[in-house]
Amino acid sequence: MTPKPILLKMLDYLSIIVLGVATYLALFFAPRELVMGEVQRVFYFHIGTAWTALLGFIFAAGLGIAYLVTKNAKWDIYEVAAVEISTIFFLITIVLGSIWARPAWGTWWTWDERLTTAAITELFYIAYFMLRNGIEDPDRRARFGAVYTLIGSISAPITFMAIRWAKSRTIHPVLIGAASEGQEKMNMSPDMRIAFFFALFAFTVIFVDLFWNRIRLGQLQDKVEQLKLKVM
Amino acid sequence: MEPTPDTSQYMILGYAVFFIVSAIYIVSLYVRNRSLQRDLETLEDLDAKK
Repeated sequence: MTPKPILLKMLDYLSIIVLGVATYLALFFAPRELVMGEVQRVFYFHIGTAWTALLGFIFAAGLGIAYLVTKNAKWDIYEVAAVEISTIFFLITIVLGSIWARPAWGTWWTWDERLTTAAITELFYIAYFMLRNGIEDPDRRARFGAVYTLIGSISAPITFMAIRWAKSRTIHPVLIGAASEGQEKMNMSPDMRIAFFFALFAFTVIFVDLFWNRIRLGQLQDKVEQLKLKVM
Repeated sequence: MEPTPDTSQYMILGYAVFFIVSAIYIVSLYVRNRSLQRDLETLEDLDAKK
């Protein structure tokens, strides 16, 4: 395997720095929210991971299309990398949301529109790995993955829009855009906005860094598989 | 106005979960990479002997 490019090493360090700054801004810089208290600070990472995960699922669909058009295996490696990191980030989103919900709503989980669509999305992508592993033929596996992520990408805008469509039926607050009548709208102070937007930036950088590292792992895996076929 | 509730334990739990899950994922990347490197070396040796 080729040594790590200098740019990737720099990106590794940058990711650690932005994560540190995002943590500082969320825990110490942003003011305490008066209604929910300290638990509201979880929200910065909850939204940061959700943002990158949902965009990552859509991005993976784009990579799937690239594979279907070109039949080049590199797009399959990129697609797996995007889905894997997005699935991990989205798992964190769901768990952080649940931790936030306990003191805010008095329950760890409720089958609210947003939570239900988020759970379906996560399970859909967990199944992606299980089903992929069951396919021996690499071409068929890549084709399956591409079509699957294409279908799965529909769940990202549905999850995002769920609370907007559900209107007053949902208890999940609206952060971006106008809230409907009877729906909770989260208002942020200027310092909270700084922590919020920096978290979005930090998680985007971290996603890119993990994505690149995961691609390298996929390439190595591909090399091993090729060599196995040659030797065995 | 109602006093702000003490929810700091939930905040600590949230950040602990975030850092633990992230650490597990990064370690998994490292372990998988190391294991594949070993496989690659073994296969290259076998290929050279062939």
